[in-house]
Amino acid sequence: MTNDILSISGVGKRFGGLRALDDVNLNVRQGSVHAIIGPNGAGKSTLLNCLVGRIIPDEGSVTFDGGSLLGHSPHQINQAGIARVFQTPEIFGELSVMENVMIPAFARKDGAFRINAWARARERRAVREEAEHILDDLNLWEQRDQIVNSMSRGDKRRLELAMCLVQHPKLLLLDEPTAGMSRADTNNTVDLLKKIAERGITKVIIEHDMHVVFSLAETVSVMAQGTVIAEGTPEQIKASDKVQEAYLGGAHL
Amino acid sequence: MSESVLTSEKGIGRSPAERHRPKGDGMRGFMSSSRSDYVILAIFALAVLTMPVWLAPIGAGYPDILQKFAIFGIFALGFNILFGFSGYLSFGHAAFLGTGSYAAVWMFKLLSMNALIAVVFAIVVAGIFALLIGYVSLRRSGIYFSILTLAFAQMSYNLAYSVLTPITNGETGLQTSRSDPRILDTMMGADPHILRTPDFFGIALQGWPGFYFCAILLILAFFVTMRIKNSTFGLMLFAIKSNQNRMNYTGFSTRPYLLAAFVISGMYAGLAGGLLAVTDPLAGADRMQWTASGEVVLMTILGGVGTLLGPVIGAAVMKYLEQIFSSFNEGFLHRSFDFLPTGLQDFVVTIVSPFVGEGWHLTLGLLFMIVVIFLPGGIMEGIAHLTRRFRKGETGGSGQTARTGH
Repeated sequence: MTNDILSISGVGKRFGGLRALDDVNLNVRQGSVHAIIGPNGAGKSTLLNCLVGRIIPDEGSVTFDGGSLLGHSPHQINQAGIARVFQTPEIFGELSVMENVMIPAFARKDGAFRINAWARARERRAVREEAEHILDDLNLWEQRDQIVNSMSRGDKRRLELAMCLVQHPKLLLLDEPTAGMSRADTNNTVDLLKKIAERGITKVIIEHDMHVVFSLAETVSVMAQGTVIAEGTPEQIKASDKVQEAYLGGAHL
Repeated sequence: MSESVLTSEKGIGRSPAERHRPKGDGMRGFMSSSRSDYVILAIFALAVLTMPVWLAPIGAGYPDILQKFAIFGIFALGFNILFGFSGYLSFGHAAFLGTGSYAAVWMFKLLSMNALIAVVFAIVVAGIFALLIGYVSLRRSGIYFSILTLAFAQMSYNLAYSVLTPITNGETGLQTSRSDPRILDTMMGADPHILRTPDFFGIALQGWPGFYFCAILLILAFFVTMRIKNSTFGLMLFAIKSNQNRMNYTGFSTRPYLLAAFVISGMYAGLAGGLLAVTDPLAGADRMQWTASGEVVLMTILGGVGTLLGPVIGAAVMKYLEQIFSSFNEGFLHRSFDFLPTGLQDFVVTIVSPFVGEGWHLTLGLLFMIVVIFLPGGIMEGIAHLTRRFRKGETGGSGQTARTGH
């Protein structure tokens, strides 16, 4: 318990009459890959939104790296070391690939706000080199001067991952990183995620694709109807009757 | 994804740039981009300073109108830092233009007729005013932001007419008078009771000196804008325009960036307002009216939103058309169309006359519609199209990269 980087306890959230999250308890070990699975509407995305400050839970507590995340705005949470990959890539469509990766690097170097209105952005050596390395690592080097809007969907997702990795986050949140991808792209993404696992970044992945979940995750939490119904290793989850029921018994899948 | 390993053994000592770039290309990319800035600046400065020569054939080679080009060019340049770079559309920038004018005239009254003091004070006061309005308005984004700025500007306009009359002199407008103290001038031995025109250390800023004073400030303003556009701060503004959500999740507190952009553009407007007072030391509340705010929006869109040069061109084109079309009258039209048979001539004049003179805004409206529909990127997009076609004709052409529109 002592080396949990993230602990969520008793988190609840109502939207009108709907109980989106109901007493959610979840601990993520430092350095681990933790998957959250569950049928549609189980509250996975809502939970992720609570972690990045998009939604403020009605009750419960979220502790990250020794401090509470509640009441902090998205940019403060990012500065604390949490980066998020969205289900549909949130990137700077009108800017170049290089600029897209340099911007998060600037956030890490300069903090949430600093006016530097005189020196040329592209000549900040440290930031630029950092961005260059990440682009190289994620095979985006050739496209560095391309405008992001003209890239393929798969490349955009890779770019968003690059934008998160350039910040060297302590915790990386991935919201369905392979949704809508072909099998080949999915496999590539899994390989990529396995490689970045070597960096020791803790990851929380929301995923529908069981192949992805079972090939990446060390721990799996299953959510249904706003709460965590099971947790364990991929093998335990595969064998669990409760999980089978949540997935197959519900009308969702 | 084949060989890329994320543990960076290969990366030691050699950056990807060094590995991928052809030999000798290393630093040149940086240097040339930095140098090309100065080339652009030099060309811009030359073009501005020689305006009296090359604009003479189209009837704009006299100081009054060129001064207007320069002043409204500064106004639009600053407006573009907010609207063009960060995407926040302010509908109240005339408030800062007006504030600048009032501040400048007060300096003429209290301290000195030296234009430099007046202009600096105008920038400072407009900046403070922008800080207050921006702080409140930037609590909202999109259309609500625009409405808030519009509301503040209209409030300022009405206040200038009513409550603030002791400062603004209401409807009459604020102007210099013989009874003003002009402390500095008096100390320097000048007789404050003789009304003088604003000067720059002894050079009276009327006619051509007036134009060159504004022109040099325009070139300076252009240079500062260019630096901002290429700076980290500028990049952040463009990123906010592109995806503010991502900026928040990337760890940026976006509001201070926007507030800084708002204040900077308010200071540009203050400078422009101050210069209007330099050319004619009279400040009225009209300058704060919403039509003046709308005008700078049109100038920026006409020239090219987010481009460096576009707003300056847009401002000049608009002021030029205003000058030309508002001077036409029916007599002039009859003379222009006298090659037509009488009946047809009357008919044509009847059709055309609402678009000239007082009604020149109709022409502006039409022009604006044409630009927005056919050239959403403004005049700069048109120029880019032309140069690309021209280059293609010559060398086979290559694709352009984004955000290079100067």
